[in-house]
Amino acid sequence: MKAAEAIKLVESEFTNGKSFPEFNSGDTVSVYYKIKEGNKERIQQYQGVVIQKRNAGLSTTFTVRKISNGVGVERIFPLYSQNIDKVEVVGRGKVRRARLFYLRDLKGKKAKIKEKRG
Amino acid sequence: MSGIIGKKLGMTSIFDKDGKNVACTVIEAGPCVVTQVKTTEKDGYNAVQIAFGDAKEKNTPSALMGIYKKAGSTPKFRAAEFKGFANEMKVGETVTVDLFNEGEFVDVAGSTKGKGFQGVVKRHGFSGVGMGSHGQHDRQRAPGSVGASSFPSKVLKGMRMAGRTGGVNIKKTNLEVLKVIKDQNLLVVKGSVPGHKGTYLFIEK
Repeated sequence: MKAAEAIKLVESEFTNGKSFPEFNSGDTVSVYYKIKEGNKERIQQYQGVVIQKRNAGLSTTFTVRKISNGVGVERIFPLYSQNIDKVEVVGRGKVRRARLFYLRDLKGKKAKIKEKRG
Repeated sequence: MSGIIGKKLGMTSIFDKDGKNVACTVIEAGPCVVTQVKTTEKDGYNAVQIAFGDAKEKNTPSALMGIYKKAGSTPKFRAAEFKGFANEMKVGETVTVDLFNEGEFVDVAGSTKGKGFQGVVKRHGFSGVGMGSHGQHDRQRAPGSVGASSFPSKVLKGMRMAGRTGGVNIKKTNLEVLKVIKDQNLLVVKGSVPGHKGTYLFIEK
């Protein structure tokens, strides 16, 4: 077995049987994130636009941007982290690039992403 | 300590039981063939010699070929002796990665990457001399003074200086076994191990 295959196999052993819906840059997603407070555990929902997704096997991450109280907030989530309960796709966006960093400079209506039709 | 010979395949990171992202190394460990069994009566000590990795027959000395033929094996690239296997070994048997269990701690020995001729900053962790500006130049990676003047009038032996770095045998101890994949002979240990990808490693329990 080749080294790259072996590493992929090892990574697949550690996914904990998790699977996520397919999503990409421009999509609006809802991330259900587990938060530990002392002994209690609760789930926080975080909804926004995916502005980048870094596909790298087990260390895949994605960045979600939203406007919270007029302030732009970006969070980077490791997809296979145990703290991610689930990821829901709310809407599919129509975008022409993989990294939507231009959204940071836009405000209001201009920062909106058109929805994919069909 | 019983052990096995392996080959470093590369590194990755995984999420452990606590949800922490930890770096780990994937090792192709075994299967190794037992080539010789040393006994106190015959050799003065007890040990099991095992071999791993494919070698060409034309590159193997005939004396070694005889050993491999006795063990009923193809010629191997690396051999090493280990002591203290739980059950008695016979020539021709195989040692597999079954030896290890998840959660155990192992020692991994191997040769580090050769770095060539390096200065004291990389080789010994010196901090260099002086500042980048204020009239100074060419001092940031310098070793500084190597000794006093009239006494002792010489540079003391063992003074740390620039030179060949890396390419030495080291042993990393107490690395946690994160996963054992038996059907593919893979061993996943926490953290880094010496050497480049494809280097041969000696893993002891």
